[in-house]
Amino acid sequence: MPRLPQTTWRVRWAIALLAALVIGAIVVPLVAPTDPRAIGDVLAMRLLPPFARDSAGHVHLLGTDRFGRDLFTRMMLAGRVSLLVGLLGALLAGGAGILVGAVAAWRGGVLDRVAMAIGDALLAIPRLVLLLVFAALWAPGATMVVIVLMATGWMGVARLVRAEVLGVRTQSYVEAAMALGARPGRILWRHVLPNALGAATVAITLGVGSAILLESGLSFLGLGIQPPEPSWGNMIAGGRDAIVTAPWVALSPGVALILTVLACTLLGDALRDRLAGEETITLRARG
Amino acid sequence: MRMLAGRLAQSVLLLWIVATLTFLLLRAAPGDPAALLIAPSASAADVARARAALGLNRPLPVQYARWGRALLEGKLGESFVTREPVSLVLERALPVSLGLGLSSLLLTFLLGILVGTVQAARRGGPLDTTLTVASTAVYAAPSYWLSLALVALFTYGAARWGFPPALRLPAFGMRDPAGGASGWSALTDLMRHAILPVVTLTAIGAAGIARYSRTLVSDVTGLAFVQTARAKGVTPTTLYLHHVLRNALPPLVVLFALALPGVLAGSVFVETVFAWPGMGRLLVSSILARDYPVVMGATVLYAALVILANLAGDLALPVLDPRRRS
Repeated sequence: MPRLPQTTWRVRWAIALLAALVIGAIVVPLVAPTDPRAIGDVLAMRLLPPFARDSAGHVHLLGTDRFGRDLFTRMMLAGRVSLLVGLLGALLAGGAGILVGAVAAWRGGVLDRVAMAIGDALLAIPRLVLLLVFAALWAPGATMVVIVLMATGWMGVARLVRAEVLGVRTQSYVEAAMALGARPGRILWRHVLPNALGAATVAITLGVGSAILLESGLSFLGLGIQPPEPSWGNMIAGGRDAIVTAPWVALSPGVALILTVLACTLLGDALRDRLAGEETITLRARG
Repeated sequence: MRMLAGRLAQSVLLLWIVATLTFLLLRAAPGDPAALLIAPSASAADVARARAALGLNRPLPVQYARWGRALLEGKLGESFVTREPVSLVLERALPVSLGLGLSSLLLTFLLGILVGTVQAARRGGPLDTTLTVASTAVYAAPSYWLSLALVALFTYGAARWGFPPALRLPAFGMRDPAGGASGWSALTDLMRHAILPVVTLTAIGAAGIARYSRTLVSDVTGLAFVQTARAKGVTPTTLYLHHVLRNALPPLVVLFALALPGVLAGSVFVETVFAWPGMGRLLVSSILARDYPVVMGATVLYAALVILANLAGDLALPVLDPRRRS
């Protein structure tokens, strides 16, 4: 039995954390005294340690990167991209999965078999490998990452929804709706899909965390968001050269990333416990 | 037996679909591998000649048929870049990744099951909560971040806090260029280099397994026979080793099979950070160079491992769990 008080305690922490990150990502770059993208006096400013004060009197909470840009401001600006891309990628993948799963189950026949064969084949390649292959094909950037996340993330949800729809379509209330002459689209939308959405919602919520991890992974390898536009992944990659002398440059963006993914996982787990009524853990593909 | 043959046929078909999808995906990509291979100043005629030499000027169905027939003969083609057979390139990289993956996977399961069982035994207590928070946090960490954190600890940290020489672990590469080339010293050198990558992969994997086995073990401890064993005065060690884990083990063994390809894929980042010449690094570098045959070979190999692991998992379950024999 899940203990509710503890669940809500975790959920409250997760929501507070995400809210703080979102607000920080929106506000901090707006009020920051220095431009997080512009490169100024590199020699005087680069690789300052955390809490350092520069010659202009600005305090750098997390120090500066190798171009002398404020790490904290860049980390928050990167949060905009990472959160948005992760959220969009997971939502679109979920939407595509619901669409494919529902239509395949409803229409059946060749369409169903082809869709599921492609899905199974894509599931047989580790998602990271698939993501790398997809990502390498088209010019890198935020839009490409979202599309690639969608293209590699729909299969799990599609299978879930397909199974649910197959289970529901023989129910008598669906037959009743058919007998009343409702159009197939309407039956699918009004009667069948609502029953299949619970499992899909959990999968999508947990998918946000994975999507953020995968985006940052792609960006880390240079195949995702391109500098000077910061993302947590490319910031970590940017600090790699200085890891021996100034490790905070690479490591601090990772803290924001870990906290975000942690909060998403806690929320997803809580949602699943609520919907499934029991504590079950599924392992998901890792970035 | 018939079921086995059916599953095998299904697996082969799935692998063929994967290979075809990969082929189509790579050909749909913009960017001409021939243009990447020769000097940018080359004339259009030179590019055309390079394309012809690679067989890229033929119609797509012809390319597919040629590639498919070669695949059936077990030939994966030649690397566009080094002109070596792809199978040779993969043969060189696979043992590196398999060695890293298997050793960390073993440690992952030992550590993960141990932590999960301790958590289940102390369920709801402060130790359980602490371990849950810790494992969820580690599980949320990207492997390249954890790798870099370890690199920082053993370079920046080692210099700053004066680590003793025994603790000064090498943070890059697979072997010391100045070290012994063979025998005992080469082996210890390799193992010292392997510590940080294996620790990274193990930490993340074990966090996931701990979460999973905590649930599994808790499910079993709630069953009546555990109560009976307790009432009969069985010691906690016997109870957990003999009664509880024996029952929680089958799904974990299946998970072990399923986890191997994931670990191999996950080592993309670890190999990149620690500069290990395995499959992950090979995949990234050949993608960047548009070395289609190598990318295709690596992807098909990854898929083959996943399909094989699924098959092994399916076959292992009835052997381990008499309740699944039907």
